Amino acid sequence: MVSTVTTSLADVASSDAALRAFLHGLPGVDRVGADQRAAMLGTRSIKTTAKAQAIDLAISMVDLTTLEGADTAGKVRAMCTKAVRPGGGAPKVAAVCVYPDLVAVAVEALRGAGAGAGVKVASVATAFPSGRSSLDVKVGETAAAVAAGADEIDMVIDRGAFLSGHYMKVFEEIVAVKAACGAAHLKVILETGELATYDNVRRASWLAMLAGADFIKTSTGKVSPAATPPVTLVMLEAVRDFREATGRQVGVKPAGGIRTTKDAIKNLVLVHETAGDDWLTPEWFRLGASSLLNDLLMQRQKLATGRYAGPDYFTLD
Amino acid sequence: MMAIFEYAPAPESRDIVDIKPSYGLFVNGEFVDGSGTPFKTVNPATEETLAEVATASPDDVDRAVQAARKAFGVWGALPGAERAKYLFRIARIIQERARELAVLESLDNGKPIRESRDVDVPLVAAHFFYYAGWADKLEYAGFGRRTTNGHSGTKPLGVAGQVIPWNFPLLMLAWKIAPALACGNTVVLKPAETTPLTALLFADICRQADLPPGVVNIVTGAGETGAAVVSHPDVDKVAFTGSTEVGRIIARAVAGTDKKLTLELGGKAANIVFEDAAIDQAVEGIVNGIFFNQGHVCCAGSRLLVQESVQEELLASLKRRLATLRVGDPLDKNTDVGAINSAEQLAKIRELSEIGESEGAERWSPACELPERGFWFPPTVFTGVAQSHTIARDEIFGPVLSVLTFRTPAEAVEKANNTPYGLSAGIWTEKGSRILWMADRLRAGVVWANTFNKFDPASPFGGYKESGYGREGGLHGLEAYLDV
Repeated sequence: MVSTVTTSLADVASSDAALRAFLHGLPGVDRVGADQRAAMLGTRSIKTTAKAQAIDLAISMVDLTTLEGADTAGKVRAMCTKAVRPGGGAPKVAAVCVYPDLVAVAVEALRGAGAGAGVKVASVATAFPSGRSSLDVKVGETAAAVAAGADEIDMVIDRGAFLSGHYMKVFEEIVAVKAACGAAHLKVILETGELATYDNVRRASWLAMLAGADFIKTSTGKVSPAATPPVTLVMLEAVRDFREATGRQVGVKPAGGIRTTKDAIKNLVLVHETAGDDWLTPEWFRLGASSLLNDLLMQRQKLATGRYAGPDYFTLD
Repeated sequence: MMAIFEYAPAPESRDIVDIKPSYGLFVNGEFVDGSGTPFKTVNPATEETLAEVATASPDDVDRAVQAARKAFGVWGALPGAERAKYLFRIARIIQERARELAVLESLDNGKPIRESRDVDVPLVAAHFFYYAGWADKLEYAGFGRRTTNGHSGTKPLGVAGQVIPWNFPLLMLAWKIAPALACGNTVVLKPAETTPLTALLFADICRQADLPPGVVNIVTGAGETGAAVVSHPDVDKVAFTGSTEVGRIIARAVAGTDKKLTLELGGKAANIVFEDAAIDQAVEGIVNGIFFNQGHVCCAGSRLLVQESVQEELLASLKRRLATLRVGDPLDKNTDVGAINSAEQLAKIRELSEIGESEGAERWSPACELPERGFWFPPTVFTGVAQSHTIARDEIFGPVLSVLTFRTPAEAVEKANNTPYGLSAGIWTEKGSRILWMADRLRAGVVWANTFNKFDPASPFGGYKESGYGREGGLHGLEAYLDV
């Protein structure tokens, strides 16, 4: 769609002015229209076999998350056990997501779980959630998390720099963190609730992808609004267009505010009808959440047995 | 891991609707037999007969007009606040019976349940609520106040004869009946012969609301019944929505009489996309403009005018998007495009599409499986269309888009206006000043900016040129039903 991209892509990140010209040259996003499209897709009725398929797919895409000041090794171990065995024969989740100092605990716990193979360890780094620290600190934190065994790094962008038009600063930070990631996958959190406009969401998505993001992620979960359907829609359009322009596929992770099976399925519908089924795997789409998993498990059991079980029949880890 | 996400069938249950084997006319608050030969109404998605419906003869129409005349004496004299009570009650019953109305509308018309449920029926209720609010405030509508020297700006006209089309059966009924009743008129309404059922269900709602007998009369039948309604000498006001061809006949029939007339006719709207448009939303607007309600929309954006500099990327996006359209069972909650309303309309769409091809335009449709029974036509795009092509001039009234290009804003205006119609237009640009510049110059009754096919009871609707005259909706819509 953005046909001018391929030729000029190499030069795009040469200066603030060049980046600005490129990002502001992307087609705009009409808020009313984007809201309307997301709302319409929210009316899709996913029932019976499609619902069963969607629930298992959603479970396999969950980044099971705990990001509290009160997190402990015990809490993280318990969550890792749940990540591998959600219960009722449900598939394991995609990853656990923890603060950097608890990465080693998670790695250990998943290794101990035996069947843990395949559940990745993701860690938020770069002075999460505000990102207000020096680049050295951010890079150091990233390197430490990777050294402790993190498979994926969820970084935050410098929203202050982005909103004040210092696109190069944002770009260079992503490049530096990406370098510190080594083989680990980099998810770039845009914190769309602070970017405020859909135009900004589209620009920040492209900026992150140009800088080397493997995934773009909506939110930290610490700011409201977080992953609203229209924001996810705009980001899915961005990865779709980016692949068309460059050939490189980038994943999407809505995070924050996705609490129910209905929310999760709406996200899958957005993927299916926007970026397409190429993104409908845990490799390319994740759901960042904590309480969502139990609702998915509850709906899964309801679908299989026709009855709702009480909350005590689902584990709380 | 399954790679493809398939939506399972999600049909809305039709059990909520009780379709009777046969229906009579609704005259003077009662269902009565018609004296003409009854006709069948079918489900266009399956060709299954839904019911047999009475045909009103000229004598039946005369009885309906007499009933309306008699009721006018009571209804027209009621204080506005009293009329409002009935209209509010009707609006609430419509909301309560929304699912029933939506299912019946989709069955009889072929439109997707998502549209009848989320667009048609909510708008119908909104129209009755809106005009209920006006009923006791007519003196403040700007048409003059009741004064002691006898001048009255709020006098109703009397009996309104109304003939409506099959594309939005219940919504067009609401556009006609709500303002008429709010102003104190009584009505004789003829629904289209392919879609009479929701009008007859509405008759039941009138009874449920205890509307005085004769205030609303529904006469079913084909063109002859419609002709009897509009030419009846005791009808004071004629309102018609439908084809320009029939509109001309009606205008001739009414000429030289004292009847007031409003006509809402055809269209060939330009949906104009500039190079600086929000492309993803413009694509949605194009889809909504021409594939909403299978393109059976008089204000449909049937001509896409795209700036030549973005033609290629816009068309690529549009085609990708059209490949995701879900065509099929109108009662499936995930269906985007339903059935063509009738065999006759399908034949017309096919004929015009063949003319488009034979005149050299390039035809494209996404891969889509159409049901074997019923009346179906795939979403279709013609590129390389020029103003001189038949498909750029004639109203197709189906899911067929003609794509033309332009170079400058002035050329866009010139092409948009170069049509005998003038009902609607759309402008897609992120530049506000250009929207205003364009809107000033487009000769169309409705101009949408960065959206399309948006309706609201507070907004007047109507056309220029061969798209008709008079306005429906909003404060302007009152004028057609008041003696001003």
